[in-house]
Amino acid sequence: MAEPQRARPKPTPETQHFWDGTKAGELRLQRCDACAHVYFPPRPFCPSCASRKVSIFKASGKGFLYSYVINHRPAAPGFTPPYAIAVVELDEGPRMMSNIIDCPQTPEALELDMKLEVAFQELDDKITLPVFRPAKG
Amino acid sequence: MRKNQVAVVGAAETTELGVIPNASQLQLHADAALNAIADAGLKLSDIDGFATAVETPQQVCHYLGIKPTWVDGTSVGGCSFMLHVRHAAAAIEAGLCKTVLITHAESGKSMIGKLPRSTPADSLNGQFEAPYGVYGPPSMFPIPVLRFMKTYGITHEQLASVAVVQREWAAKNPRAMMKDPITVTDVLNSRMIAYPFRLLQCCLVTDGGGALILTSADRARDFPRKPVYIMGTGESVETPMVSQMETFNSSRAFKTAGPLAFKEAGIAHKDVDHLMIYDAFAHLPLFGLGDLGFMPYEETGRFIADGNTRPGAKLPLNTNGGGLSYMHSGMYGMYALQESVRQMRGIAPAQVPNAKISVCHGVGGMFAASGTIVFTNER
Repeated sequence: MAEPQRARPKPTPETQHFWDGTKAGELRLQRCDACAHVYFPPRPFCPSCASRKVSIFKASGKGFLYSYVINHRPAAPGFTPPYAIAVVELDEGPRMMSNIIDCPQTPEALELDMKLEVAFQELDDKITLPVFRPAKG
Repeated sequence: MRKNQVAVVGAAETTELGVIPNASQLQLHADAALNAIADAGLKLSDIDGFATAVETPQQVCHYLGIKPTWVDGTSVGGCSFMLHVRHAAAAIEAGLCKTVLITHAESGKSMIGKLPRSTPADSLNGQFEAPYGVYGPPSMFPIPVLRFMKTYGITHEQLASVAVVQREWAAKNPRAMMKDPITVTDVLNSRMIAYPFRLLQCCLVTDGGGALILTSADRARDFPRKPVYIMGTGESVETPMVSQMETFNSSRAFKTAGPLAFKEAGIAHKDVDHLMIYDAFAHLPLFGLGDLGFMPYEETGRFIADGNTRPGAKLPLNTNGGGLSYMHSGMYGMYALQESVRQMRGIAPAQVPNAKISVCHGVGGMFAASGTIVFTNER
């Protein structure tokens, strides 16, 4: 029997650009052309002012650790506990859930507000996940 | 909505609570409903309005043999029943129906006839949360708590004390699942589930159900039980994705629903004799105390740790033992409502003497939704 896999995202027409971006090594966000609001998750209109004129842009990939749990049990398929489920606040404003790599999964190592940078984890030929690691320097 | 125009005239839980291996989820709905009907001295044919969550209204109405002229299938998680109370009160006032039955049941432990919960891979949660290893409420609900603790200086010991105090209440309740006294040390030494939360800071997983019957306050006088009036109500939703909350320092849904209910009831915090704050996890009472405006967030942890919510203290909170010690079938809101009604009727196992106003605050999903009901036993 195959190893249980971690949950695979399945893009929709509204999110395809995001997943195309991660595959190309870019974290893509959207900005409203009318009110300049930057938002996530993807949608073809601004959730702040309802304008349908929005642009996709490449985010800096920088942010900080906003909060997290270190999950012990039950573990999701494809994960070996303990592992941190984090929420990262991006420099552009939006927050996203992620995992923190290249870092011990301990309360001591995972300090709130620590600087993070995006990295990309290829799950298969369709999906590459954005994850984060402690920022260098 | 005008206050005190609608009353609870029937309230009951399932005959058994805890582990119920001999009944399906649907039958638990029926058991709770039949107990509430008996409590109100009604017949099923008297019910003309019906509300439930997760199970559909048509499923439960057909099983019970109810022919409603008003239904509500609002299903926003564990506080759905607070929203049902609010909607039912509005419907009764508007003349859409006269007598509403609200049911909840869940075979949360035995998993008999329980509908599967799934997250489609192309939903927003499926794309932007599930791939990071979230797996059930323990891995999601506590995600905001480390930020909340840092912002307000809340300690691990204070968060452990939530479970300790609620166990004190549970010890007074024969129907509570967990009654043995525990200490802060016990909590902090219990098995790690999702740091910072340990087993004793996470809700129980049980089977059970409950049902409420509401009618107009004018009719309520003719019922066998002391009427419990709906004094104020509030509701809101925020987001199904915990990662997308506006902030982890508060809950927008709480901050909307709670103050709406207080305003409608025309009460101040000092008027509250009894308080229920849905505690799926130990941080929720702290969010609730802050978001409902009882005190600054910075004081919430100390307030509970200092014993201000324990039996005999000034703000009795979660007096059935809560989701942490009484029971938690998955959607606990109904049990919080049942305890508020018992307190207002004066028949709770750990009765608060002379309680006249009870605030019952619920959460749905992982801070996704909220509903608040203010009850009173005086019109």
